[in-house]
Amino acid sequence: MSSTDTPTEEAVEEVPAPDTTREAMLEQLTGELGGALVGSHLEPGIDLTIRVTADAWATTAAFLKTGMGFGYFNFLSAIDWKPSPFGRDMDSQVDIALDGTEPKEPEEMTWGLAGGETRFQVFARVNDVVKHRGITIKADVPDDSLTVPTWVGTYAGANWHEREAWEMFGITFAEHPGLRHIYLPGEFEGNPMRKDYPLLARRVKPWPGIVDVEAMPGDDDDEDDGESSDS
Amino acid sequence: MTDVTDRQQLNYIAAQAADARVNLELETEGMTLNIGPQHPATHGTLRIVAKLDGEQVIAADPVMGYMHRGYEKLTEVRTYPQVTTLINRIDWLGSFANEVPFILAAEQLMEVEAPPRAQWIRTILFEMSRIANVVLFLGDVAVQVGAVTPAFFAFRDREHILNQIEAVTGGRFHPNFDRIGGLKDDLPAGWVAETKLVMKKMRRFCDEIETLVFGNEIFEARTRGIGVIPADIGLQYGLSGANIRGSGVDWDVRRDQPCGLVYDQVDWKVWTHPDGDSFSRCWVRLQETREATKIVDQLLDTIPAGPVMAKVPRIIKVPAGEAFVETENPLGVMGYYVISKGDLVPYRVKIRSASFNNMSITPWLLKGVYVPDIITILASLYFILGDIDR
Repeated sequence: MSSTDTPTEEAVEEVPAPDTTREAMLEQLTGELGGALVGSHLEPGIDLTIRVTADAWATTAAFLKTGMGFGYFNFLSAIDWKPSPFGRDMDSQVDIALDGTEPKEPEEMTWGLAGGETRFQVFARVNDVVKHRGITIKADVPDDSLTVPTWVGTYAGANWHEREAWEMFGITFAEHPGLRHIYLPGEFEGNPMRKDYPLLARRVKPWPGIVDVEAMPGDDDDEDDGESSDS
Repeated sequence: MTDVTDRQQLNYIAAQAADARVNLELETEGMTLNIGPQHPATHGTLRIVAKLDGEQVIAADPVMGYMHRGYEKLTEVRTYPQVTTLINRIDWLGSFANEVPFILAAEQLMEVEAPPRAQWIRTILFEMSRIANVVLFLGDVAVQVGAVTPAFFAFRDREHILNQIEAVTGGRFHPNFDRIGGLKDDLPAGWVAETKLVMKKMRRFCDEIETLVFGNEIFEARTRGIGVIPADIGLQYGLSGANIRGSGVDWDVRRDQPCGLVYDQVDWKVWTHPDGDSFSRCWVRLQETREATKIVDQLLDTIPAGPVMAKVPRIIKVPAGEAFVETENPLGVMGYYVISKGDLVPYRVKIRSASFNNMSITPWLLKGVYVPDIITILASLYFILGDIDR
């Protein structure tokens, strides 16, 4: 405790007001995109997420940049919504496929904000640095082709992000100027960020960090404590 | 060719003349220069393949991935508290600042708010990370133009900051101190008074650097007008931090999109510089370090009493949902897009690191510069390889 402590004032509780700016943004986007806007999620005071069709992926970016002032490119990546067949969670000591048991039963896919229909989604975020707001854009990637149009024409910075998403998820960005490996060696096979790509560390030995409620010190008697307690 | 305008014809002639000069008069020949992977100017393992014509760069292509550790994949098998030990290592010079946006995103999903005292200490440690990080930059940038002494000054004075961070967190480089719902521990006795002295030392360091480096003719000659980034190009590439403020864009996440930290409680200023060259980026960082010491000083004066930890369950399961939180880290905007399905582990974490975006402009920026300027431009962009490779 420091000597300069001062009593704190009670934080003023704010009543969540309707988020008029984001509602207006959503209205403008709905007007422009029409049927291409297939989902949206507005969290008042926090964020706006929209989902568009894969065909409208690039045109949405162009409209956001030129029509709505979102000139700042934040990031672009992808999500694999398929549950991992390895039972990769903290409740399982090892990947299920490792000890020979049958794979986990295929679970239903569930999607996040703004919904979804396909296994893969690309998502990106752009900002308006003048009005200090951001928006997340998602798009379903068609299961049969895994291709969406590139953003490089609109945001030059999307180049590297798309290379990363291509290498990690295997999603092709049509008309990208140089779709090649960015992190992994050129001869690398597979798409490591897919949920069905095994995590090699888990196959070598069980993960020791499994969560269970550890006994607090002094709760139980330690066996190897006898010698060290001699004074 | 009837529809060729005068302008196009002139351009064509100029291009022909330029080609002729390159190929005939000087008889130059293209050459590929590999800079790195191990190079003192790259703050880690980065390789730049530069195609040269004489001493001019025709094309530059950074090759990354030497340090790729797959953190985004690893977060999918680590519980939320365990993730902080990984993301500490992303920007190893300002580790504490990396933890904060992830914790804030998890708190946003859990609808937990840290107590005021924790928010204050968080912000103080956040700014101290910034100072520890940028101090090293200020010393190091001079090395790139041939001066070594400021680097020694930087390492000497950074020690004071690290000692203070160590006194609170127990770790010099990887504090792992931030928790969902607050902080691991409270400040030790006497820490506030000592930190104020350290802030004074840091301001003195900034003055020294300003005289030694920024007032230096060679430094000015090597950085003024070199590596100019226009604001609209910088925005397209997603530059952030001093790199974008050095191009005159008045945008600082700390002020404009506040999230969980108490920057609105202090009186401070966002510095910008209109030139967009290497010098302005360095200059903005110098001013920001000064500003950070002032922020820390003010926060130390107003730090409220109370607990540093909110009530959170022993085993943290984050409710299903998605949250994106970004903060203004030493290197620029750092954000985590956390997707939870209500498990012990995140379903997907997208790490939006500052340096990856900052670095992505280099192929555009290095085109046409001269070989010695590659180094000063890279230094002024200031990246940490862990932040690029993740």
